[in-house]
Amino acid sequence: MSLLRGLLGMDLIGTWVRLFLSFREKLALLDSALLLDVPLGVISRIEKMGGATSRGENSYGLDITCKDMRNLRFALKQEGHSRRGMFEILTKYAFPLAHSLPIFAFLNEEKFNVDGWTVYNPVEEYRRQGLPNHHWRITFINKCYELCDTYPALLVVPYRASDDDLRRVATFRSRNRIPVLSWIHPENKTVIVRCSQPLVGMSGKRNKDDEKYLDVIRETNRQINKLTIYDARPSVNAVANKATGGGYESDDAYHNTELFFLDIHNIHVMRESLKKVKDIVYPNVEESHWLSSLESTHWLEHIKLVLTGAIQVADRVSSGKSSVVVHCSDGWDRTAQLTSLAMLMLDSFYRSIEGFEILVQKEWISFGHKFASRIGHGDKNHADADRSPIFLQFIDCVWQMSKQFPTAFEFNERFLITILDHLYSCRFGTFLYNCESMRERQKVTERTVSLWSLINSNKDKFKNPFYTKEINRVLYPVASMRHLELWVNYYIRWNPRIKQQQPNPVEQRYMELLALRDEYIKRLEELQLANSAKLCDPSASPSGPSQMMPHVQTHF
Amino acid sequence: MGKGARELRARACWAAFLALPTWVPLLQNVCLGPSDKNTRLCARTYIQDRLHLSRHRCYVLGECEVLKCRVDSCEQLLCEANTVLKCVQEDSCQRGIYGRLVCTDFKIAFLGDDESALDNDETQFKNKVIGENDITLHCVDQIYGVFDEKKKTLFGQLKKYPEKLIIHCKDLRVFHFCLRYTKEEEVKRIVSGIIHHTQSPKLLKRLFLFSYAAAAQNSTAADPKNHTVMFDTLKDWCWELERTKGNVKFKAVSINEGYRVCERLPAYFVVPTPLPEEDVSRFQGHGIPIWCWSCHNGCALLKMSALPKEQDDGILQVQKNFLDGIYKTIHRPPYEIVKTEDLSSNFLSLQEIQTAYSKFKQLFLIDNSTEFWDTDIKWFSLLESSSWLDIIRRCLKKAIEIAECLEAQNVNILLLEENASDLCCLISSLVQVMMDPHCRTRFGFQSLVQKEWIMGGHCFLDRCNHLRQSDKEEVPVFLLFLDCVWQLVHQHPPAFEFTETYLTVLSDSLYIPIFSTFFFNSPHQKDGNVGRESQDTQSKPLNLLTVWDWSVQFEPKAQTLLRNPLYVEKPKLDKGQRKGMHCKHQRQLSLPLTQSKSSPKRGFFREETDHLIKNLLGKRISKLINSSEELQDNFREFYESWHSKPTNYHGLLLPHIEGPEIKVWAQRYLRWIPEAQILGGGRVATMNKLLEMMEEVQCLQEKIEEKHHSQEALQAEATSLLRNSVRLSSLFPFALLQRHSSKPVLPTSGWKALGDEEDLAKREDEFVDLGDV
Repeated sequence: MSLLRGLLGMDLIGTWVRLFLSFREKLALLDSALLLDVPLGVISRIEKMGGATSRGENSYGLDITCKDMRNLRFALKQEGHSRRGMFEILTKYAFPLAHSLPIFAFLNEEKFNVDGWTVYNPVEEYRRQGLPNHHWRITFINKCYELCDTYPALLVVPYRASDDDLRRVATFRSRNRIPVLSWIHPENKTVIVRCSQPLVGMSGKRNKDDEKYLDVIRETNRQINKLTIYDARPSVNAVANKATGGGYESDDAYHNTELFFLDIHNIHVMRESLKKVKDIVYPNVEESHWLSSLESTHWLEHIKLVLTGAIQVADRVSSGKSSVVVHCSDGWDRTAQLTSLAMLMLDSFYRSIEGFEILVQKEWISFGHKFASRIGHGDKNHADADRSPIFLQFIDCVWQMSKQFPTAFEFNERFLITILDHLYSCRFGTFLYNCESMRERQKVTERTVSLWSLINSNKDKFKNPFYTKEINRVLYPVASMRHLELWVNYYIRWNPRIKQQQPNPVEQRYMELLALRDEYIKRLEELQLANSAKLCDPSASPSGPSQMMPHVQTHF
Repeated sequence: MGKGARELRARACWAAFLALPTWVPLLQNVCLGPSDKNTRLCARTYIQDRLHLSRHRCYVLGECEVLKCRVDSCEQLLCEANTVLKCVQEDSCQRGIYGRLVCTDFKIAFLGDDESALDNDETQFKNKVIGENDITLHCVDQIYGVFDEKKKTLFGQLKKYPEKLIIHCKDLRVFHFCLRYTKEEEVKRIVSGIIHHTQSPKLLKRLFLFSYAAAAQNSTAADPKNHTVMFDTLKDWCWELERTKGNVKFKAVSINEGYRVCERLPAYFVVPTPLPEEDVSRFQGHGIPIWCWSCHNGCALLKMSALPKEQDDGILQVQKNFLDGIYKTIHRPPYEIVKTEDLSSNFLSLQEIQTAYSKFKQLFLIDNSTEFWDTDIKWFSLLESSSWLDIIRRCLKKAIEIAECLEAQNVNILLLEENASDLCCLISSLVQVMMDPHCRTRFGFQSLVQKEWIMGGHCFLDRCNHLRQSDKEEVPVFLLFLDCVWQLVHQHPPAFEFTETYLTVLSDSLYIPIFSTFFFNSPHQKDGNVGRESQDTQSKPLNLLTVWDWSVQFEPKAQTLLRNPLYVEKPKLDKGQRKGMHCKHQRQLSLPLTQSKSSPKRGFFREETDHLIKNLLGKRISKLINSSEELQDNFREFYESWHSKPTNYHGLLLPHIEGPEIKVWAQRYLRWIPEAQILGGGRVATMNKLLEMMEEVQCLQEKIEEKHHSQEALQAEATSLLRNSVRLSSLFPFALLQRHSSKPVLPTSGWKALGDEEDLAKREDEFVDLGDV
C-alpha cells in the first residue's frame, strides 16, 4: 500500500494476539494516524526486504503477504537492528505450528453471552428436514469415525441399506466417503446426496453393492425412475482420474442413472485464478483495461460455473423431481460448494443467519472440507499446493446471490466478510482442522470459542434490514457475466483509492423509516390510551403531539 | 411499393404540409389490400377505421389521444399485413402470437389477434404514447430479413422477400415477425413499406411531429406545474445569471433576436459584460466566449466555437486581430485567468463515440438465447473492446478536471470546439451536474438540458439521424451524457431528485416524434419551421409538445417512478427567493492545498493568447501552460481528497472513475433481454421495500393526525395497509415479463480454454494412490 510508507513507530502491544502497528503517513493528507489491525493468522508470508547496504527508506524493512489480499510493507530504521527481532517474533507467532506452539484460538479467553457451538446439532437439523422418515434413517455407524474418518459421526442413509451394505459401499468410494443424504425436499421428497468418486480405475471395475446402493437411493423417489448424478469435474478430468483409481458412474454399470459433468475446475486452477485477481487489484487497480484484465483472471467464470452447477442441482430436485447425487473427486471441495449452494437456493431456512451458520457447519465443517490444508492455519509453507480458496469462492457465490436478491437473506455483506476474516484469523476454533474426528480429538468445542458466538451475540450488526422471509421461495440467481461482478468490498477493500465501504444510503434511509415507523406506532398506542382515558376523564389536558411529530422529509 | 401506398404517402405529405385535418375523402380511393372480415379496411372512411382500430389499444396514440384527435386525427395507416406471427421468447422456447403488423406514418405496430392478452398486462408503467408492441419509425435502427435461416440486412429495393423480419430498435428492443403464414402480397407490401418509411431519407417538413401538432392544436394546455426553464426568453437567461450570481461579470444579450446574427446561436445568450455586442456579429458568433455557468466562487464556465478555417493569410490576420481583441476584453479583471480546454483536438472525437456505441449496442441487440450465452463468456472483453465504458470514464474525468480548475484553482474555463455544440454540451452540462446541486433536481436538470443542449444548438436531428439523411452524422452524444449522469446517479443515489428510470425514459423520448424537443438542429431551425411568424396565413402557428410534459407519456402513478424516494430536498434556510434558490455548496471543499492559485501569473495572457489563436486558426499548438504532470497531480489530489470525505449530497459531487466503478447501465441496455432478468431481485427489490415502508409511515402519520381530531379509536392494524408486494423483475419497470415461471435460466455455452493453466487443470486435487489400478 503506497500510503503506508513512512513508519514512525511500531509497537507490539499487549500479548501476541495482534500486531498493532501505528504509523503516520509521511506525506499525510490527513493528520490522523492510520491504525492497522492484522490478526497474525492472516499472515501468509513474511519476507525481509533490502539489505544493510541498500539505500532509500523503503528498501529496508519487512514485507508481509496476507491471506486476505493485503500486502504490507514496513520500512524500518536501519539503526538498532530492530528488524531481525521483529522478523523472528512475527514468524514465530504467525506460524505457531512450525514452532510447536498452539494456535491462538486455544489461548483466546474471550467470553460471549451465547455459545456458538450449540448452533449446529445434526439430529435437530435433520429433524427440521423431516428426517428420519420411512425411506431414510439416521445411522451412528460412523460414531467412532471407523467407516469414514473424514465424515461426521451422524449420517443419514436409505432405510433399506443395512450397515453392512454401507461398509461394502465404502470400499468402492474414494476415502470411504459413501453417498449420504444432505437435504430432502419437504414436498416432493427428492433428495440431494453427496459422496466421493467411485473407485472404477483403469480396468473399469464394478461394485454390485455400490450399484445396488444407488438404486436404493433412486427408489426412495417414486416420481421419476431415474437418478441424476452430477459429477462436478470436467469430463476430461473425470476420465483422467481413472488412471489413479478413481472415475465416474458409467451407464452400463449404473442403470437408471443420468450422469452430467459440471465442468468445475480443481483447487489448483482456483488458487491461480485468485492470484491473478490479486495481481489486477494490487498495488494498483487496473483502469482502462479493467474488464479484460478481470476476464483474464477467470475468477468470475469459475463463479459462474459453480453457480450454474448449483442451479442445475436445485432445479433438478425442485422442478425435475429427481433425486440427485453430487460428487467430485473426494467430495469435500466442489461437492460442498454445489450441495450447500443448491440448498441455499432451495431452502429459505439457510438464508437466515442461524440457518447459514448451520449450513456452513453441516456441509463444510462436519463433512470434512479440509480447512486446515486449504487455508494453512499457522503453517509457514505458503506455497503448499493444498491451499486453495474454495470456501472463499463459495462465500463469493453467496455474495453474488445476495447481490441479485437483496431482500432474500437475513444477513448482510458484513456477515460474509466477518466469516472470511475469521476463516484466517485463528481467533475462533470454527474453521480449524480438516475434519470432525480431528476436532473431536483436539476437543475444539471445549477449548476454543466458536465464531458463531461472536456473531450471534451481536446479531443486529449482521442483519440485512431488507430481509423478507419467504418460506417456499426457490432462489435462482442468473449465472450470467452480465450480472456477476467482482466483490470490490472484499477483494479491493484495502485499496484507499476504491470506494470506502460507506453506509449504503438506501439502507440508511430504510433504517430511518423503520425507526420512524416504530415511533409512530408507539405514539399511536399512546394516543389510543390517552383517548380512552380522556373518555373517562374529560378534564385531561389536551396534548399537542402533532407539533412535536417529526415529519418524513420526502414527498410521497 | 404499391400505387395505393404511394398515393397515400403523397396525400399524407400534403396533409401534413397544409396542416389540414386528415379527411375522409383522402383515403377513400386507397385500398390497402385484402383484409379479413372483421377488419374491412378498404374503402372505409378513415374515421370509422380509426374507431375500429381504437379498440386495439396500442394502435392509436393512446387512449386520451384517441379522444382528442379523433376528428382530425393525424396518424395515417400506410400499409399492413395479416396473420403475422410475433415470436416471443419464453423460457428459452419460442412462442408466437398471431396478429396484424401495421405501419403508419408514426410507427410500426403489432396488433395481437387475442385482445385479452393485450388487455391483461397490468404494467403500472405504461407509456401512453408508445405501446409495448409499437416502434416509432425513428426508433427503428436496423432491419433484417431471414432467408433460409440466414439473417441479412434489409435495405432498398428487395428482389426476394424474407420469411422472417427482425427489427432492431434504437431503444434496444428486438422484434421478430414471422411472415410465413402471411399472404405473399401483404408480405411484399409491409416489408417494402417498413423499409421505405424507416430508411429512406425524409424531409424535415414531413416529420410526424408537424401533422401531430396540427391535429392536436386545441389541446395544448401546458402543464402548469412544469417549472422547466426553457431559455427562450431574455428573462430566463437573466434568471439563470442571478441564480448563479454570474450577473456581476456577464450580461444577457438579445442581439441575435430573429437570428439576425447567427443561426447556430439561440436568440438570447450570455457574454462577458465588457464584450462589445457588435463583436458577436463579426464572425457570426464564432470566436465569442459564451457563458455556460458560474461557480459559487465567481469562476465561470464558457464555451466558444472556432473561427472558420481560412487559407488566405489576409483573412487569417483579420481573425488573429479579432481574437486578440476578444482576449483583451477578458484579459482584464474581473476575469483573471482563463484556461482553455480544446475539446476538438485533445479529447474524444465524434467518430470514436460513434464507433464505440455501434459496437456497444450490438452487445444488447440479442436475437436469441443461444446468442446471449455465447457472448456471455467473452462478455467483459467484448464490453471493453467496444470502449464505450472507457469513453464514459474519459468524459467523467474531463469533467472532474474542469471542476477542479473552477473549484480549487479559481480559474475560468473556456471550452473550445468546432461548433461548440457536441462535446461542449456534454462536458459543460456534466460539470454543472457535478457542481451545481440545482441541476440534480428534476426541473434543474431539464433546464440544464434546455440551456446547454437545446439552446446550445446540439444537432439532435442529425445526431439521431431522424431524417435518415446521413448515417455518418449519427452520433449518440446526448445518450453518452445520459450514461455519464447515470453513473453518478448509480454511485450517489440520494443526490438526485430523479431516478435512473427517468434517464431511461428520457433516452427513449429521443425517438418519439410528437415532442419537438429532440427533433431540431437548433432553435433557429425550430422557429423557422413552426414559426411564431409563420408565413402560411391559413394555419395557426404550430404548438409543439415538449418532452418535459411527462403527463403526455405517463399517468401520475407511473410518474412516481421517475422520482427518487431517496432524495431529500436541501433544507431551505431563507424563504425569500421563490424560483430556484442559488444553492451554494455547503462544503466549500476544504482542500488543504492550492490556496486559490491566483498565484504566479505565468504570463498567461500574452503567450496563452498566442497559442490560443494559433489553435483557433486550426494550427497545431504546443503544450498548454500547465505541464500535464502538474495537471495530473492536481487532479489526483482533488479527486482523492474529495472521496476521502463523507459525501454531501447537496454539494460538489464527484464520480468514482476506477475500473470497477464504471458500470453498464443495466436498466437501459439489458431491459428487454429475458435471460438477464432476475425475478424478484436487483436493486428494484430494495427500492420497493423502501417505498412500502414510506407508504406505511405516511399512513401512520395520517392516522396520528386523524386521532387528534376524532376521538374514535381506529382499530386497523398498521401492517394491514401494506399492499401485497408483488415479486418484481430486476428490470422493472421495463421487463416484458416474458418469464413467468420460476424456471432458472441456464447457461448453454461451455467453458473457454484456460490457456496457460491447462496443465494445472489436469492435476489431481490431491495426489493419492487409491490402490489397485
